[in-house]
Amino acid sequence: MSKKSFRQAINEALRQEMRRDPTVILMGEDVAGGRGGSAGTQDAWGGVLGVTKGLYEEFGETRVLDTPITEASYIGAAAGAAVTGLRPVAELMFVDFVGCCLDQIMNQAAKFRYMFGGKARTPLVIRAMYGAGFNAAAQHSQALYPLFTHIPGLKVVIPSSPYEAKGLLISAIRDDDPVIFLENKVMYDVEEEVPDEPYAIPFGEANLTREGDDVTIVAFGRMVGMANEAADRLAKKGIGCTVIDPRTTSPLDSETILDCVADTGRLVIVDESSPRCNMATDIAALVAEQAFDSLRAPIRRVVPPHTPVPFATVLETLYLPSVEKIEAAVTATMNHRVTEKV
Amino acid sequence: MQIARETLLRSYRAMRTIRMFEERLHVEFATGEIPGFVHLYCGEEASAVGVCANLTDNDTIASTHRGHGHCIAKGVEVAGMMAEIYGRSTGVCRGKGGSMHIADLACGMLGANGIVGGGPPLICGAALSHKTLRDGGVAVAFYGDGASNEGTTLESLNLASVWQLPAVFVVEDNGYGEATAASFACAGTQKARAAGFGMPYIECDGSDYFAVHEAAGEAIAHARAGKGPVMLHVHLQRWYGHFEGDAMTYRAPNEVAEAKRDHDCLKLFRERVTQAGLFEDSVLDEVDAAVTDEIEAAVLQAKDAPLPQSADLLADVYVRY
Ligand SMILES: Cc1ncc(C[n+]2csc(CCOP(=O)(O)OP(=O)(O)O)c2C)c(N)n1
Ligand SMILES: [Mg+2]
Repeated sequence: MSKKSFRQAINEALRQEMRRDPTVILMGEDVAGGRGGSAGTQDAWGGVLGVTKGLYEEFGETRVLDTPITEASYIGAAAGAAVTGLRPVAELMFVDFVGCCLDQIMNQAAKFRYMFGGKARTPLVIRAMYGAGFNAAAQHSQALYPLFTHIPGLKVVIPSSPYEAKGLLISAIRDDDPVIFLENKVMYDVEEEVPDEPYAIPFGEANLTREGDDVTIVAFGRMVGMANEAADRLAKKGIGCTVIDPRTTSPLDSETILDCVADTGRLVIVDESSPRCNMATDIAALVAEQAFDSLRAPIRRVVPPHTPVPFATVLETLYLPSVEKIEAAVTATMNHRVTEKV
Repeated sequence: MQIARETLLRSYRAMRTIRMFEERLHVEFATGEIPGFVHLYCGEEASAVGVCANLTDNDTIASTHRGHGHCIAKGVEVAGMMAEIYGRSTGVCRGKGGSMHIADLACGMLGANGIVGGGPPLICGAALSHKTLRDGGVAVAFYGDGASNEGTTLESLNLASVWQLPAVFVVEDNGYGEATAASFACAGTQKARAAGFGMPYIECDGSDYFAVHEAAGEAIAHARAGKGPVMLHVHLQRWYGHFEGDAMTYRAPNEVAEAKRDHDCLKLFRERVTQAGLFEDSVLDEVDAAVTDEIEAAVLQAKDAPLPQSADLLADVYVRY
């Protein structure tokens, strides 16, 4: 056990799985970097934000493949390799670039197993950065997990901390279905205690990061930390919150969500993806349908507005959910008074 | 071909403006005041300017993540660009786009682009508009050696040929896409790619304004005459990292120094026009001084300019909703 950053935790998971299983390969743009350069440097970048640094040195060019800037072909190649014996981890860099290769994910990898009558296995992992808060503007800041969650055949993972990232990535690599693994780019330097040995966190099992009796908060990825902080502040005011980190949006641990809502009767969902057809609407529908009688207040969603992500810091800050916005939503749900229908 | 004195002076000013704009950004970025990603165009000025000197406001260009040079060359206002990069409401995109999304449709600038290979398909569309509307315009896609490998780019070369569009595809080949060399990432040659899609190919030295101007003039005239698309391959060097903050460990230590010494388009331009007796050094010095003032003013104005207001967050998602 030692303190590791989100970046290091991901790097360690990749390294340990690559040591364990020679069919695990890595590919992407500048996952090593420096190929063909005049300095002859190898592993010049290790990914744009240094997440895969050192893997090229250990595993060499047959296991760590730098690609041209050609997402449709290398993401498709990863899918093709996955269905024929390798276990590729392909890095898409910014998840926004899925626009360039969605067909290979949506119409190819995701559908092999079902379309082929259960005969295919596609042990593919696609890693990508998501999220606002980096002033990276509209084409480098989206939180596109609802897009992937929408597609049957894909699994979708959103780690909320370094510990979660390592265990979930190991599960993703060992999984025989295509997995989209989304890393919030603002979190790479966040640190916490992470075990040195490999461990797997199962998909579809939510984690309760806070427990309280009054309100259930469901949050994803970076939003889990904000929800925890809001819960801690609210606890001081006598409001108890349960915070649920579903860990994976597909599969989704609906049981845990329904159980907690049954206990608290109030639900706030924190989701940094665009508000139409996102995880918050999905969970609101689940609860409205299956836990209507437990609800003591309307479900509240803390989500961005239906706009692209703006560049300027003032606007981007307004755009994103925040601890304050979560607190306000919880307080509002607590203040709701049920009016009896006549 | 004889280039008019005014054109030469305007081009020199544009190249100097790009150089100073970028060098100033390099300094300002290091202070932490500029948010987001910034990709500098220093060293490549003659490409944007040599091409755009052959265009008018009626023609269209599409740019890349390394877009400041194309914007300035196409006539986007410098103060508005600087304010945009600082995220101010006076910016050309009202602080909503930033460095990677500067656009000004009024002067035919379809936008810098955060998506590599995003521009070439758009340029097919712009060229289709020019052709259909018979407005005599030409559409020019600037894209890098890295972007030349995107499916969108290769498909656009084909589409432009199939539709015989008035389009020019300018490959700005600076030898690198991020930290990976073109020699590693680009199979075959750009020339063979152009031939594969049945379009003429012209190449030139991108540090020589006159060479770019002439090659681009030929390519653009061909497209404008309705003879179909052309590929223009410009050989360049970038003087700074891929983005600000890149230590460039993948490049030999002397590579940039040599590029600055031997391939400085401004130095080469000045030598040529003064030796030919076209301009006195003093005339060019005056331009340099004026540009220095312009950039200084742009930075001061940008820093002073108002931030966007909260209502701006929801504005302009749709024309009507
Ligand atoms: C679709 C897509 N893939 C990857 C990136 C990340 N990226 C930004 S710039 C760049 C390199 C582009 O190289 P090149 O086209 O040669 O242009 P240069 O940076 O050399 O001007 C990459 C890979 C991106 N922005 N969009
Ligand atoms: Mg390049």
